[in-house]
Amino acid sequence: MTGADLIDRLAGLAPGSPLALIRDRKPVTRQHAQASYRALFEPDEPGDVTLQERFAVATFVAGLHVQDEIAAFYAAGLARTEPPDAFVTALSAEIDGGRTIGPYGAYPKGPLSVEDVPGPVWHVTHHAALGARLTAALQHVHLLVFHPRDASPAALQTLLDAGWSNTDIVTLSQLVAFLAFQIRAVAGLRTLAGRVP
Amino acid sequence: MNVITHPDNHEPVAFTLALLDWLPWLEPPAEAALTERQRASLVDAARSKSAYFRLLARDPGILEARTRTDKDIFYNTSSGLPRAERELAAAATSRHNGCIYCASVHARHAITYSKRGDDVKHLLDAGVGADLGERWNAIVAASVALAATPIGFGTEHVTRLRAAGLDDGDIVDVINGAAFFNWANRLMLSLGEPARAAG
Repeated sequence: MTGADLIDRLAGLAPGSPLALIRDRKPVTRQHAQASYRALFEPDEPGDVTLQERFAVATFVAGLHVQDEIAAFYAAGLARTEPPDAFVTALSAEIDGGRTIGPYGAYPKGPLSVEDVPGPVWHVTHHAALGARLTAALQHVHLLVFHPRDASPAALQTLLDAGWSNTDIVTLSQLVAFLAFQIRAVAGLRTLAGRVP
Repeated sequence: MNVITHPDNHEPVAFTLALLDWLPWLEPPAEAALTERQRASLVDAARSKSAYFRLLARDPGILEARTRTDKDIFYNTSSGLPRAERELAAAATSRHNGCIYCASVHARHAITYSKRGDDVKHLLDAGVGADLGERWNAIVAASVALAATPIGFGTEHVTRLRAAGLDDGDIVDVINGAAFFNWANRLMLSLGEPARAAG
């Protein structure tokens, strides 16, 4: 037995339960999914992306996926960074305002244009409480969550202009992309275990 | 700081089985400038030739964990779903999210392991509604439902996968393969653009 990790915990899989035993057959997957979480949320060197930014992004991503238990887990991590109440309230309002249905977006002009799906380009409203740097990040996060095929150099330039370095942008992108994986792994396992998601 | 643009690149405008290049929008470290930690994070030394992996090596901790997760989900066939169908889940997810580069790589892998070139090409050409036979249709439908935000994967997908002959170990592999490509697609789509291979 490899023991419960965060995916088991969030999916509600007890050690020794049938799906936990199936996951135990692939200990390397289990170990490195957990190591991925730790690399992003318990990093050896946080660099210039603060833990508060990391947990705020994660709370936002889980909230946009309407995954209440996962969002609560990351919101608890955010609370440990002692954000001002106004920050938490603003983030919660942005989650409610940002929810939509994905994936949407446009393809490069050509034969795939018939598959273009329209959808909103979302803008943060609570700039003052969240700050310019996180405002820019959350707008990019919304793009990555719901319409990644609309990504562009201009979107990254907006992040650079808001003070995100090249390395910070890689970390931010990994955060959102990892969460897109983790949330789906958890939701899929929960459904397979017969739990209503 | 500024992004890198590629005004002379003619991006592929359709899904393709062809070998593609990928051009970064942010400066990757030069190969010679990679630190020991960054080199270790690539896992395969040959990946130092790839602008994509060198760019991700800016944050080596998550790159290394991501790479080892990726390899085990797809290459560890000691139990569970055949490799071909893990690649199918990756290709279908990429087709649905719109990652032309990722879809090309994993469609080629799906063909290599399944020998079903016509079906895989049909998936790329017609999209995730293509009829590929019930077992593959069930895997594609599950992958598409899992890619939706909010997630659309439900008990009806599990029931359909079981009816198509997958046991719970196989279904966990569908979930992991499809979920992982929601990670990969977002990096590939948002940090650079595909290009036709030189030569």
